[in-house]
Amino acid sequence: MGDTIITVENLSKSYILKHQNKERYSTLRDDIADKAKSLFASRSSGINKLSRETFWALTDISFSVNQGDRLGIIGRNGAGKSTILKILSRIVEPTKGRITIEGCVASLLEVGTGFHPELTGRENIFLNGSILGMSKAEIRRKFDEIVSFSEVEKFLDTPVKRYSSGMYVRLAFAVAAHLEPDILIVDEVLAVGDAEFQKKCLGKMKEVSGEGRTVIFVSHNMEAVQKLCSKGIFLDKGRQIQNGSIETVVKKYLDVFAGGNSTFEIPLLPGHEQKPGYAFQINFEDISGNPISEIPMGQHWQVRVKFKLNTDVKDFVIALGVSTLLDMPICTTWTPPKDTVKGNYEVVFKSDDILFTEGRYKLIVGLSAEKIPFQYVEEAGFITISDVNSLFNNEQIVNTRSGLFINQMQTSIIRLNS
Amino acid sequence: MSNRRIIIEPGAESRNYWRDIWDYRGLFYFLAWRDILVRYKQTAIGVLWSVIRPVLTIFVMWFIGWLFNSSVPDGVPRILLVCAATLPWQFFSSSFSETSNSLVANSNLLTKVYFPRLIVPASTVIVCLLDFLISFVILIILMIYYQYMPDFRMLLLPVFLLLALITSMGTGIYIASLNVRYRDFKYVIPFIVQFGLYISPIAFSSSAIYNSVRIPLFLKYIYALNPMVGVIDGFRWCIFGGHTPIYMPGFLVSIAISLLFLIIGVWYFRKTEKTFADII
Repeated sequence: MGDTIITVENLSKSYILKHQNKERYSTLRDDIADKAKSLFASRSSGINKLSRETFWALTDISFSVNQGDRLGIIGRNGAGKSTILKILSRIVEPTKGRITIEGCVASLLEVGTGFHPELTGRENIFLNGSILGMSKAEIRRKFDEIVSFSEVEKFLDTPVKRYSSGMYVRLAFAVAAHLEPDILIVDEVLAVGDAEFQKKCLGKMKEVSGEGRTVIFVSHNMEAVQKLCSKGIFLDKGRQIQNGSIETVVKKYLDVFAGGNSTFEIPLLPGHEQKPGYAFQINFEDISGNPISEIPMGQHWQVRVKFKLNTDVKDFVIALGVSTLLDMPICTTWTPPKDTVKGNYEVVFKSDDILFTEGRYKLIVGLSAEKIPFQYVEEAGFITISDVNSLFNNEQIVNTRSGLFINQMQTSIIRLNS
Repeated sequence: MSNRRIIIEPGAESRNYWRDIWDYRGLFYFLAWRDILVRYKQTAIGVLWSVIRPVLTIFVMWFIGWLFNSSVPDGVPRILLVCAATLPWQFFSSSFSETSNSLVANSNLLTKVYFPRLIVPASTVIVCLLDFLISFVILIILMIYYQYMPDFRMLLLPVFLLLALITSMGTGIYIASLNVRYRDFKYVIPFIVQFGLYISPIAFSSSAIYNSVRIPLFLKYIYALNPMVGVIDGFRWCIFGGHTPIYMPGFLVSIAISLLFLIIGVWYFRKTEKTFADII
């Protein structure tokens, strides 16, 4: 314990974005045309540079991990978390910097990498195991354990294309859970499967690190990160904001993203102008439309979302979800589907019925056309319900921390004659 | 195992490139095993396909040769001559087109797991090799039917099979790594395969080209540049011995081209493999 096992020094990664081409791969014709253009246009360099842009997915990241550490990498979408994992797993090359790793690495960037739909469960255990770096003898030895962990004994000889998605995920995770690398890299795999299985996975990962293995874990799910990790790194837009114990890192994260704001800008990913549309701002207001950062418990509130449609959209729906900071979903509201012409819009979601208890809540925004989503933002904004005492009917409320809602049910006490 | 140190740096060449590949031989084995298992899943006649396809090709090429009355060495039935060329050609064409598409077909693996990338095209060849061995039954049946007994040269057949493998691997991995960036090659591959069927000595024998007075010398040189000419001539030499002698200069050119393709293929593959996951 305590030995430095991973050292990351000044790590940076850039991608070249081509704005004209939507596809990541080019055709030979394009490259030849580009070369020809640059031959003639090398003096008047403006034209070519407009179409290419260097995008820094990571800038100057340095940290080290000791043996037995459980490191959580947190940040919003597009912060560079997955890029770090891909570089650590040697899938992509960094642009600058240096990483030294002592020991063997297994990475789980996806559940069931390399599963073949035509092969049976049994065959896929062997295939997936070897893709993740296990030897044949090792897989044989752990085979029974894997099968019983996955709970799919009955379907071992059925092609996995006939599996339910739950069975598929359980089998895939079961294989991964029985890896024995020095360093295990895990990306959001817990986002799938039912709650009970997620718990089982978290438990298994804790067990793994209990054996002195190092775990690097990326997730949106703060609850999972807090439960599992001992150290953390907080990334935003490719930069390292905070590095240290998981408590300080999570606290910093909440400070930055859940500060006393009434207006939240939604970060726009590259290429948003090519999408049918995008939401870009969220406002938290009281019921008469005044921006506020906190609303007293018991008062009604509303959320205003500003969005832009780049094109006319058929069956347009915008949805607002509310969840707790620990990612427990509370409710989602959808607007009725409607053909909508392009332009700038705002939509108001009014909460004039349910009363939340005090605390912070995350807002999730989704836009879709004909039931196909084209934007989905987790943590698009936050609302804060404060415990300022302004309750309308507080005779009935004894404890404001005893549930998510403070709405009261109808009660009547009847004396029974005996 | 745990005292291995990995250094990740831009442009860092792995010092143990080939040893790394050897360490991952388990994965090579499993990927080949997967391809074999999946090959004829949910087909009605399954493995018979690896016999039917060459049989039909042999018949068509036999017919073309018969129609144009191309010369046949004495004592060798035409159908046997065609068969001895079709089998290695089929092996080449299937392993060439499958290795060329292998990286793109396995892009889900390339973007999610690290392993030496060369394993993907290499394991793909194994299925084609198996197909070849199954289809070899056709040749044996024909030899029994025509009561044709090969001599000791037959033992050298694996050498020429290896040459066919080198040729298809070399060209295949070169096209495969180009295919990652330029999907144009998706359209080039079927064309090369189709074109090659007619410029390789399948319906005719190489001696018909070399001995022809109507074909100018430079065209004969160009003909010899096709590496499959060397492979097929070699196959026929092994099977028919003295009846189909090898034209040495042409044969050596073919071998040199095969090796050149292998070197270029491996070199280009190694040069570009680190960017595969970024651009695939």
